[in-house]
Amino acid sequence: MKSATGYQGIPRWIYAIAAVGGLLVVLPLAAMLAKVNWPQFIPLVTSESSLAALGLSLRTSAASTVLCIVLGVPLALVLARGEFPGQRLLRSFVLLPLVLPPVVGGIALLYTFGRQGLLGKSLEVAGIQIAFSTTAVVLAQTFVALPFLVVSLEGALRSAGNRFEAVAATLGARPTTVLRRVTLPLVLPGLASGAVLSFARSLGEFGATLTFAGSLEGVTRTLPLEIYLQRETDADAAVALSLVLVAVAVAVVGLSYGRRRSSTPSEVQA
Amino acid sequence: MRTLHLKKSIVATSVAVGLAGALAACGTSAPSATPSSTSSTSTLSGTVTVFAAASLKATFTQLAKDFEAKNPGTKVTLSFAGSSDLVTQISQGAPADVFASADTKNMTKLADAKLLDGAATNFATNFLEIAVPPSNPASIASFADLAKPGVKVVTCASQVPCGAATDTVEKAAGITLSPVSEESSVTDVLGKVTSGEADAGLVYVTDVKGAGGKVKGVPFPESDKAVNTYPIATVSSSQNKELAAAFIAAVTSEAGKKVLSDAGFGAP
Repeated sequence: MKSATGYQGIPRWIYAIAAVGGLLVVLPLAAMLAKVNWPQFIPLVTSESSLAALGLSLRTSAASTVLCIVLGVPLALVLARGEFPGQRLLRSFVLLPLVLPPVVGGIALLYTFGRQGLLGKSLEVAGIQIAFSTTAVVLAQTFVALPFLVVSLEGALRSAGNRFEAVAATLGARPTTVLRRVTLPLVLPGLASGAVLSFARSLGEFGATLTFAGSLEGVTRTLPLEIYLQRETDADAAVALSLVLVAVAVAVVGLSYGRRRSSTPSEVQA
Repeated sequence: MRTLHLKKSIVATSVAVGLAGALAACGTSAPSATPSSTSSTSTLSGTVTVFAAASLKATFTQLAKDFEAKNPGTKVTLSFAGSSDLVTQISQGAPADVFASADTKNMTKLADAKLLDGAATNFATNFLEIAVPPSNPASIASFADLAKPGVKVVTCASQVPCGAATDTVEKAAGITLSPVSEESSVTDVLGKVTSGEADAGLVYVTDVKGAGGKVKGVPFPESDKAVNTYPIATVSSSQNKELAAAFIAAVTSEAGKKVLSDAGFGAP
């Protein structure tokens, strides 16, 4: 990323501190890698409970990502393009799960959708029970992952500008057509990386799920919950499963970063 | 100007880090500089760090307060977590002087790793009780009631001590439960009951007592098939074994037993 003048502008000692920062992240992961019991790795990660947890994690994360897209795209559009009173307040609230400890999110969800909760009481009358179900896991994951999609997409919408949309509108396109044919294709890379990040965050969700959904094999015990439980008795299994989760996370983040890199030139042009 | 500013803050940070390190060292190894009060006959001083099972939180907080009051110049630092977590921490070099476990299995792990100074002493017992919301919506009156269809029961997972006790009781009673959730700690089970999400949960007698009026306890005779014994011991790496032994003596003393039995713990 050298600029045209060839001037880098970074003092050498910055590199030293940056290296320490990098090590802080990489070293623990390497230490975990060194602890993996390789001869037992395959049996450990393919045990019945491990596979059940992995399957559940992938299914619920996929469902949460879909829910994030369905709810997050309109939210991002309203925040980036809309103008209404309370917009800034809405943005602050939507971003809140980013900084909130997940366990707090779990407690909040419990008092909303739980049996004694705000909506839960009416849902219970209607015969819908959310607590201790896979639905609860999806809700918890969506709660924590939604801001990732909204932030990514809102940024993409802002940097894309709305010149093309204005042209389309003068050519007689209705707002819905403009959204479908111009805006969404334009911000597709941003939407994709937002979706990937939401998926990754859903996959790693622990605190809100534990508090709100409980922990039962095949129903609510996702991979992070399984790791937490295995750690009690079988450190080898916990480490092996952690490695699986790290591998999935690296793949997901790599995918998202790769996409963003390749989309940068088009964003600059726009 | 900018770099200068940055340098300053770096210096400030490293000073803070150094200070934290010094404080930590102070807390663990170096005996307190304050001499014990002359009016006291006790020669004990310094800090004792106690790692105790989460279920001991209320009682050990009380015992530590009593101990400090009786021995001026001493300080008891408490750390509570699940017993197996604490074993992991101590094995990895966490600065504990005393370890109090919620089961003998975890204490044995430390003993096998040669991390104990002497033998462990059993100081309390605990057994399971059914916790229900105060209104008891599912009308639970016995262990068999938990297996009724439609009853939402939450238990501990088999991997943790309270779950192992649940398995034993199930076997003894010849009843198989189908819980809606198997939590990794007894506090999570209690939380599901106090929030009204579950109709019933299997927790320890002391948890029911500690929850006050938020849950109602339903004792059941099968619970005596799975009694958890709590052992306490000095950790071999302790820098203040005299104080560690004094704290253990306080826990096992008549006054200590009184605090424990008031909280619902049984005699060893």
